[in-house]
Amino acid sequence: MKNQKTYTLMRARQRDRRHLLRGAVAAAGSALLTGCDRLSSNEAFVDVLKSAQHLSRAAHKIVAPRPAMAQEFTPADVAPVFRSNGTLDPTDADYRALRQADFATYQLKVGGLVEKPAAFTLAQLRALPSRTQITRHDCVEGWSCIGKWTGVPLGLLLDRVRPLPQARFVLFRCFDSMDGPSLDGRDSRYYESIDFDDARHPQTILAYDLNDRPLPVSNGAPLRCRVERQLGYKQAKYVSSIELVESFSQIRGGKGGYWEDEGYEWYGGI
Amino acid sequence: METASATPVSAGLTGSTLQAPERRFYRHRLPIRLMHWINVVCLTILLMSGLNIFNAHPALYWGQGSTFDRPWVSIGAENTPSGPIGKTQIAGHDFVTTGVLGLSEVDGAQAARAFPSWATIPGPQWLAMARHWHLFFAWLFVINGIGYVLYSLFSRHLVRDLIPTKDELRRIGASIRDHVLFRHPTGEAAKRYNVLQNLAYLIVIFGLLPLIIVAGLAMSPRLNAVWPGWVELLGGRQSARTLHFLAAFGLLGFVLIHVFEVIVAGIWNEMRSMITGWYTLPADERRTAREEGRP
Repeated sequence: MKNQKTYTLMRARQRDRRHLLRGAVAAAGSALLTGCDRLSSNEAFVDVLKSAQHLSRAAHKIVAPRPAMAQEFTPADVAPVFRSNGTLDPTDADYRALRQADFATYQLKVGGLVEKPAAFTLAQLRALPSRTQITRHDCVEGWSCIGKWTGVPLGLLLDRVRPLPQARFVLFRCFDSMDGPSLDGRDSRYYESIDFDDARHPQTILAYDLNDRPLPVSNGAPLRCRVERQLGYKQAKYVSSIELVESFSQIRGGKGGYWEDEGYEWYGGI
Repeated sequence: METASATPVSAGLTGSTLQAPERRFYRHRLPIRLMHWINVVCLTILLMSGLNIFNAHPALYWGQGSTFDRPWVSIGAENTPSGPIGKTQIAGHDFVTTGVLGLSEVDGAQAARAFPSWATIPGPQWLAMARHWHLFFAWLFVINGIGYVLYSLFSRHLVRDLIPTKDELRRIGASIRDHVLFRHPTGEAAKRYNVLQNLAYLIVIFGLLPLIIVAGLAMSPRLNAVWPGWVELLGGRQSARTLHFLAAFGLLGFVLIHVFEVIVAGIWNEMRSMITGWYTLPADERRTAREEGRP
């Protein structure tokens, strides 16, 4: 009788302990989740998290210095269809007009902190020395696609316009409004920026051909940027003009690009 | 593990109650304890933020590029005549995983997402934020890991505690039997990691962890330029993403078994030893019985 009672008591205590343990694990789990979600909207904390990109970039520059080349592939590696992402068909009126004319009236304006601002038609760009490269495009989402790009090295255009000493970044302005054409005057056109290490890199080109054919609209016609050592969102499509700037902190959201303003890292090498 | 500083605290009889001889033993030194708990935090955040990143493109491939129409793993939602379902495809085999994978509840509503929100950091689908968490804690984890390896080498933790002796390796069969029967070492034997434990730790420290780090680095386009082509040693970038994912689940498997063993071996004693360093050696039943004159 007494033994039975002790046994029941023991079992109850064990059960309590098990419940306590299970409860503690569940409570810790939900505290972890709500805690992390709350921290994700705490600006100071997110700044601490984002500081890791400076460490990554500094480390990358040591192990893969400025001239380090991205891997190039063989024609056999080229994907049958190059996946397109982001804007697939800009609806902006100025772009539609250019497209209707087969981009014959397109002009790439290069200005900002330069000695000699210039504009280039597609025919002029095609007449300049070109570079062809088969490279792998890595999207921030996780997928990769291999394509063959032909275009004019950005460094060559920079030589023509002669950057001023205070110019630190190359900013690409694009035709496509990410939220569709603006109705309320809010500018949502895509834009991107890179530093001179990447701008002067031999594999950084303004591509007009993909897989030996004129760049399709879904991949950024008539001209898109290739920055081969960074993620896909750095490869601006539908480039309308290039501007050399000292800082991008006063431009749009101040983070140097459309996705950067939405919270992605400016440094897209990782 | 400190084998030299075992200190018998009490032994024998206390009043009329029989008590097993108790031996307190300083098992884990401060740096090991500290690095262990940093690992707990890092691994939890890395796994959960990694699942959120995976959700941005819930498919895995083998090779350099993605073969979008035939991933070897994909998780998604699908409409059927009887409503939406969650579906997981592995090597051509489909599994309905509604409620957990592909389709799960978020704030009372069904949402199409690969891993459910209770398993991801942050809870909502938010790639940019998940990357901030992941890439920050990846640095912390790697720095902690390098610190651990250096400490283990110089303090001889590696040679003394982690690498099994020839004798221990020879008795691996007995160790497997003990594990299956949930028999845990007692007395002096409990001072050393058992051989299966040794092998598990060594596989994680020198196998899974280096693999997950290298596969992670292989996904960085800039690091691909360190030596163009090195990523092919892993089978290509998409293979590296696959290996990173598999290694993560290998680590998750290790953690689940590790926590299970901690619970069955005596959760309070094990937890105390990883928090304060002090471990109470489980009594050696046979010897206790002999000393107490029991049959």
